[in-house]
Amino acid sequence: MQRYLVRRLISLGLSLLVASLVIFAVIEVVPGDPASYMLGLNASPDTVAALRDRLGLNEAVPLRYLHWVAGMVQGDFGQSYTYKVPVADLVAQRLAVSLPLALYALLLAVLIAFPAGLLAAARRGRAADAAVMGATQVGIALPNFWFAMLLVLTFALHWQLFPAGGFPGWSDPLAGVRALTLPAVALALPQAAILARVLRSALIETLGQDYIRTARAKGLTGGQTILRHALRNAMIPVLTILGMQFSFLLAGAIIIENVFYLPGLGRLTFQAITQRDLIVVESVVMILVFAVILVTFLVDLAYAAIDPRLRMRP
Amino acid sequence: MKVSFALGIALSLAALAAGFVSLFWTPYDVTALAIADKLQPSSPAHWLGTDHFGRDIASMLMAGAQTSLAVALVAVGIGMGLGVPLGLLAAANRGSLIDEIVMRGNDLIFAFPSLVIAILITAVFGPSAVNAILAIGIFNIPVFARVTRGGALSLWTLDYIRAAEVAGKGRVRISAEHVLPNILNLLIVQGTIQFSLGILAEAGLSYVGLGAQPPTPSWGRMLAEAQTMVTLAPHVALFPGLAIVLTVLGLNLLGDGLRDHLDPRLRREA
Repeated sequence: MQRYLVRRLISLGLSLLVASLVIFAVIEVVPGDPASYMLGLNASPDTVAALRDRLGLNEAVPLRYLHWVAGMVQGDFGQSYTYKVPVADLVAQRLAVSLPLALYALLLAVLIAFPAGLLAAARRGRAADAAVMGATQVGIALPNFWFAMLLVLTFALHWQLFPAGGFPGWSDPLAGVRALTLPAVALALPQAAILARVLRSALIETLGQDYIRTARAKGLTGGQTILRHALRNAMIPVLTILGMQFSFLLAGAIIIENVFYLPGLGRLTFQAITQRDLIVVESVVMILVFAVILVTFLVDLAYAAIDPRLRMRP
Repeated sequence: MKVSFALGIALSLAALAAGFVSLFWTPYDVTALAIADKLQPSSPAHWLGTDHFGRDIASMLMAGAQTSLAVALVAVGIGMGLGVPLGLLAAANRGSLIDEIVMRGNDLIFAFPSLVIAILITAVFGPSAVNAILAIGIFNIPVFARVTRGGALSLWTLDYIRAAEVAGKGRVRISAEHVLPNILNLLIVQGTIQFSLGILAEAGLSYVGLGAQPPTPSWGRMLAEAQTMVTLAPHVALFPGLAIVLTVLGLNLLGDGLRDHLDPRLRREA
């Protein structure tokens, strides 16, 4: 396990390195001078030059890359060009909305998908299965932002059970959760549909194995067999999808935040793009990609924990 | 033929027909504004009503189908055009450095969700439909590379490929003549899946303003514009969403049906 861990850690580090190079290179290509953007059209060339100097824009490209990475490692993402505050503070503020939202949505997706997938697999080929599978087909086809609009129309405007948008902050946790409920449901449902289908087919595959027949032969009921033997063995594909979904939820939240006017990472990014605040774009993208790579790494570790056979593989 | 397959074919053809016909004809001009007729409900003159500029929603949906289908189709083309050769290359040189580089490159692209790619591209070039195509297309490359490599790997162990190797055919020729034709069904099925995902992604990107720009009609942007008046005229928000759901549903059912049809082993499974 230790060697496996070391190997995975090295590949994690390499992925982050290459990803950071790609992001830096892309932002580097952007036309226009951030210093001129910040100071506006009427700035004198001297002030622009001074600001370029202060922002480190006159340094050689490789040196700037190194400074960027070294800063990030220490939690310093630089100064936002437009807000004139540290990017790290901005991002931390926004993550306090986006991260709970993604986790909330993931939790809901699991809570919906597991019972549905288990039911469909246990009642394979019967009416309950057909109903679940039909529902998941529609769920997969739902654009989450449109579903979000329908939720607002029904549960916020018609019945007024939840706020239609905005975020009151975490000083009142209950109000915070209430504000994130409709966005989380909108994010979760299409993902739950995918997850339920994966769980169902993984379960059906394990249910065909010999050890399942043995379990049934020794007298376990169908339900007991599924929960004790089939589910654990079906977890590998389910975990893969869950890992991919978390990153999707974090990125997908960018769109949903627009429906509900939530002050999350997504809105920060769009404002930053329109204001050409590229250092913010660069940092947010790096953080999102970091999250994806980290989750993939954690999923790999979880595989190894669930299935010892996988520790052997390169 | 199963009902769901038939439904899939029908819905996909309907979307395709709507987009195709809109190239020559729509009931009303989608760029002509008629403020006096704004936000009308369904009527014989405007089947699906009008939007806040008095534009005919049915006409806009038809023209929007053209945008959605074109973006998704080109994005699948990019994914296949680059992903399939890469996957074939990796499988033909399985276990080698080339294989390793291709697969790690795939992992790297996978770390960038298409929305993130779109954000990066937009930051550099500004928003446009071409950006949406690029973002979705780049995201499709590793998907096709993986499917191709996986399918091709199992073929490379088979006797007839060994025989071709012994007969002196090179790896490129074997890949083109023997491997590719045998994984075509896999690629067709994955193609329909990525096509429907592409339509969803295009709608999402246009909704947040990273995709097709006005006046090009787009389902995602229609929804973004409808959002502010959703209480006044819910139908303006309803129909573009339904168009997306039905098209994506149709393509997914089509893909499932094709998979069952092309792979006889799966036919018995419900």
